[in-house]
Amino acid sequence: MPFKPVQQKFNAKINTLSIGTGEKTVTLGGESVFPFYSFDAPIENRPSVGVEISDLGIDEALPGVAEFYKGCASLPELAKRASEMPGADFLAISLDGAHPDNGDRSVEDTAALVKEIAAAVDAPIVIEGCRNVEKDSKLFEKIAEALDGRNVLFLSAREENYKSVSAAAAMAYSQKIGAESAVDINLAKQLNVLISQMGVKTESVAMNLGSAAAGYGFEYVATTFDRVKSAALAQNDNMLQMPIVTPVASEVWTVKESIVSEADFPDWGPAEERGISMEIATAAACLTAGSNAVILRHPDSVAAVSKLIAELV
Amino acid sequence: MALKGLDIFKLTPKTNCKDCGNPTCMAFAMKVAQGAVELDKCPHLSDEAKAQLGDATAPPMKKFEVGKGEDKFTLGGETVLFRHDKTFVSKNLYAVSLCEDSIDKKLPDVRKVDYDRLGERMYVEFLNVIDKGDADKFVETVKKAAAEGRGIILETSNADAAAKALAVAGDRVILNGANASNYEEFAKIAGESAALGVSGQSLDELYDTVAALEKLGSKNLILDVTGGTIKETFSNAVQVRRAALKDNDRTFGYPSVVNLHKLAAGDTRMQTALASVFTLKYGSIIIMSEMEYAQALPLYGLRQNIYTDPQKPMKVEPGVYPLNGADENSVCVTTVDFALTYFVVSGELERSGVPLNLLISDAGGYSVLTAWAAGKLSAGSIAKFIKEFDIEGKIKSRTLVIPGKVAVLKGEIEEKLSGWTVVVAPNEAVELVKFFREFKV
Repeated sequence: MPFKPVQQKFNAKINTLSIGTGEKTVTLGGESVFPFYSFDAPIENRPSVGVEISDLGIDEALPGVAEFYKGCASLPELAKRASEMPGADFLAISLDGAHPDNGDRSVEDTAALVKEIAAAVDAPIVIEGCRNVEKDSKLFEKIAEALDGRNVLFLSAREENYKSVSAAAAMAYSQKIGAESAVDINLAKQLNVLISQMGVKTESVAMNLGSAAAGYGFEYVATTFDRVKSAALAQNDNMLQMPIVTPVASEVWTVKESIVSEADFPDWGPAEERGISMEIATAAACLTAGSNAVILRHPDSVAAVSKLIAELV
Repeated sequence: MALKGLDIFKLTPKTNCKDCGNPTCMAFAMKVAQGAVELDKCPHLSDEAKAQLGDATAPPMKKFEVGKGEDKFTLGGETVLFRHDKTFVSKNLYAVSLCEDSIDKKLPDVRKVDYDRLGERMYVEFLNVIDKGDADKFVETVKKAAAEGRGIILETSNADAAAKALAVAGDRVILNGANASNYEEFAKIAGESAALGVSGQSLDELYDTVAALEKLGSKNLILDVTGGTIKETFSNAVQVRRAALKDNDRTFGYPSVVNLHKLAAGDTRMQTALASVFTLKYGSIIIMSEMEYAQALPLYGLRQNIYTDPQKPMKVEPGVYPLNGADENSVCVTTVDFALTYFVVSGELERSGVPLNLLISDAGGYSVLTAWAAGKLSAGSIAKFIKEFDIEGKIKSRTLVIPGKVAVLKGEIEEKLSGWTVVVAPNEAVELVKFFREFKV
């Protein structure tokens, strides 16, 4: 008597959202199954991998990173190199240098810098703010204008600034926005409802549900993603059907496992390999739980995670 | 499908004799239906009723032990596909694969990874010994591996080698080699002394072999879901578990083993990625080529997270945690014993590079605001901690930094602890690095 598998195909779908223009356009979402459950139904668009650079440059303390970007003299050159990284589908620019506590670069200067970077690459672009809600609102408005027509995704619109981000980026310039909430399905849904009430089309919205490094409360991440995907697919909740975009790099490269030196922890081996491993393990877990895109930093992690995706889809 | 209370009630003696400890047969039936009481608590059930009910009330996935006593490993027993539906119960275990050629090189590395994280020992639980074709060498290698004080997986489909190796492998053994052509022999060899790993060319073949083994009386089975490709293996792992838990197909109601040493030989990073995937999606035993700290740190951390019972928060032991080389003159910082808070806060404090004494008091495993609201974190609880742990005898500094979210406690703590200055930290952990770098006593 053969095994009788019961397929689990849902009558609901994750929304599709595309970023970028032309040949390199990346489309996220579109599937009607749980992550990588291609045995239930084909997966329309495989999950994507983004590579993150900071507007302050790259972390040259990591030999592998320094080697990859060797010879890049300016941010636009760095961005171009990043956008051509094997395995990378899009470029994410983190505007760290605009944070009030970290240089406080002006909105105008930052927008000009981003415009220069964008001109050097043809890959789709994700703009990660400086993580200060007030500054981000102003930055996104100017950058949305500067990158008009590039179909950029802005991460993120939060509860405190979703009105201005929605109005400026999504409505005035038809860019895409990511709704950011802190690892909680109810907060995520509430923010999506608020944004849609502003008149933003749900097809222009992605979700950044938050993340955590492996070992640092990842159970909340996994469970929130699980519940969001279940609600989206099994209950056809259209306020949770946006694709999930997860910045992983910013979580994993700050934890102890990735930064303490080999001199202090000789058994642990080189710090860079630990960081890469943390980035790969966390990204793989995010994808398995439901991310439609992950944002990573190290070229080796990008290579490994894109290979994993290719194997699983 | 689980039986309803009424269906069970119909088969009880309906005498309300209370021998089962319940006031009525109906109450007993309801509890059995919920899985709260075992069927055999009722001494008066007819054999016929037992046979009829035993099958229907049995758990959807078998749970069993490999080994006995304190050292045993527990596998299986899952009842849900998603941890938020209840909880996962038996954490996945790790094995490192080795053979006669690699054992001497690999053992020292395997021994190295052995540490404690939140009271849980993190190490490689199993050694997977591969039979390369020479039975004598295989048995010698198993002997050597068995001396390591870990569980042993015998990877062989040769009955002779299996029988000989089993005799020297100790008492925590999985014989992983049964398949469609040798299962009768393997069922005999494994007997009661070893769990039996079963594989098949396809899920159909695996299914049939498991069904045949069950007929022979084999109980402790493990499904080797490793397929020809990564995609097939993931599909197998999910479908097997889903069939058992969602579709109630008990033939697949057994723990699984995934062999990454076979699937991604020579690609350490792919193995790390896959181990992470199978930790979330249904690998019970994950076999790796090696387990270095770089892999262990994220993977064991992830496992600990995923197998946390959602109803019971992870807690850290109360006590003094000196950071960045803190001594008795270093400033004291306090927060709650909720593991997530502890990790985030201690991580940021370590990043600041400033020597600090982190004081963790018993706050019931709640986050700062929840603990405060529940009365578990108060001026009284902090003062009590300082007294009980003799902080004033151990540390000379009299500055205590408290979480920004409980700034209201400042005055009251200063009242209870004479001589101490209480400083309020920022609300969010990410602001701690800047706060402490600029901090002056």
